[in-house]
Amino acid sequence: MSLAAPPRQRILAQAGFETRTLLANGEQLLVAVVLPALALLGLALASAPDLGPGRRVDVATPGVLALAVISTAFTGQAIATGFDRRSGMLRLLGTTPLGRDGLLAGRFLGVLVVEGLQVVILGGIGLALGWRPDAAGLPLAVLWLLLGTATFVALALLLAGTLRAEGVLAIANLLWVLMLGLGVLLPIDRLPTALGAVARCTPGGALGELVRAATQGLATPWWGVGVLLGWLVLGTAGALRWFRWSD
Amino acid sequence: MPAVDIAVEVDDLRCSYGAVHAVDGASWSASGGTVTAVLGPNGAGKTTMVEILEGLRRRDSGTVRVLGTDPYRAGPEHRARVGVMLQDGGLPTRAKPVPLLRHLARMYADPADVASLAERLGIDAFAATMTRRLSGGQRQRLALAAALVGRPAVLFLDEPTAGLDPHGRLDVWDLVREESSRGASVVVTTHSFEEAERVADRVVIIAGGRVAAAGATAELTSGGSLEELYFSLTGRHTR
Repeated sequence: MSLAAPPRQRILAQAGFETRTLLANGEQLLVAVVLPALALLGLALASAPDLGPGRRVDVATPGVLALAVISTAFTGQAIATGFDRRSGMLRLLGTTPLGRDGLLAGRFLGVLVVEGLQVVILGGIGLALGWRPDAAGLPLAVLWLLLGTATFVALALLLAGTLRAEGVLAIANLLWVLMLGLGVLLPIDRLPTALGAVARCTPGGALGELVRAATQGLATPWWGVGVLLGWLVLGTAGALRWFRWSD
Repeated sequence: MPAVDIAVEVDDLRCSYGAVHAVDGASWSASGGTVTAVLGPNGAGKTTMVEILEGLRRRDSGTVRVLGTDPYRAGPEHRARVGVMLQDGGLPTRAKPVPLLRHLARMYADPADVASLAERLGIDAFAATMTRRLSGGQRQRLALAAALVGRPAVLFLDEPTAGLDPHGRLDVWDLVREESSRGASVVVTTHSFEEAERVADRVVIIAGGRVAAAGATAELTSGGSLEELYFSLTGRHTR
């Protein structure tokens, strides 16, 4: 008769399974690595659009890292969770020793592993293109990427736990495209005023500005921390309140 | 392993969805080392009741014990002793059968041997196929294997042979008997009288959220057929 494996083993097993599933998924790799890499090459090598002061690659690379976090922590997680919810996988895992808490912990770890790979690949491309991040700002940039990850995972769970799988697929992809243009890739001060005001309220815009400021050695835009924390609280509270494990 | 006296206990269980009383005062129990078939028309409350026993749904009132524990929000050690096969399978779309079973096995300290389980259920024949491309019968086999991988003391199987060919049904019935022989309490929800008569020691017939009859299969039917008993209790007669 079986006993449960230790919690650490269960969560690491789930994280490994999540990571392998994400890496084996062609569409997810496209959104997580290929499209951000193309965006980086395009922004760094072209002369338009205007990225403002600083070398183009120094502005483009942190924005692309923010986009990579949104791809994996938000779009990828929302779609995977939406479809696992529909297939009954979430309910089945809830009956195993892993349980719901272990599933969430494993998923979060899996996201961090994939993001680590994204940072290595996209950061590597940036360095090859001449990116010179401010060394003192790098720990802060990592902190913002982690805060962004927590925020976007919470929002992904809120979306995936309340809508049908097809709805999740459509909205998660749509929001990825919208956020891409709202302060993630381009600095907010390069956007038209009205659009910039909207971008300042979005988690993507806040994350983009924070990571750009940290890696360029600029003053931290603290409003961005407030915006991310606000979305984190909203997403977490909403997911706790409305997430349904079955479709 | 010694048989647990009462492995599953349901006493005056009630659960409603708005004005609909899905389970309306049901009471029955199942012992270790036995197979219990739960029969009832669609909408009779079987799935709701089993989901409460699996810890997936909260009851409104009444008592539920699985291995002496209230299953709702029970901890990992309890869940390790309970195997579940869901009606919708609960299989991820983007995984292959054997890696999925190996993954689930890692949740247990002393799981079943995945290779022999896969061979026993014929899963090795489609080991490299993505779950979303599996046939209905293949999915059933995989979902059953997922329920067995933790070598559970209590096993809840929701229509385990639905969609299986005759060979597949026999394989599943053999496995169910084996699980009960090693001491597990197996609770099978089914619409098949043949399944209930061939594998179950006891039958629980549910109608309108209540237990219409419960007892040893042979005693309940007392020489007649289970089908006749079922229709007489659930409001229809055989033609």
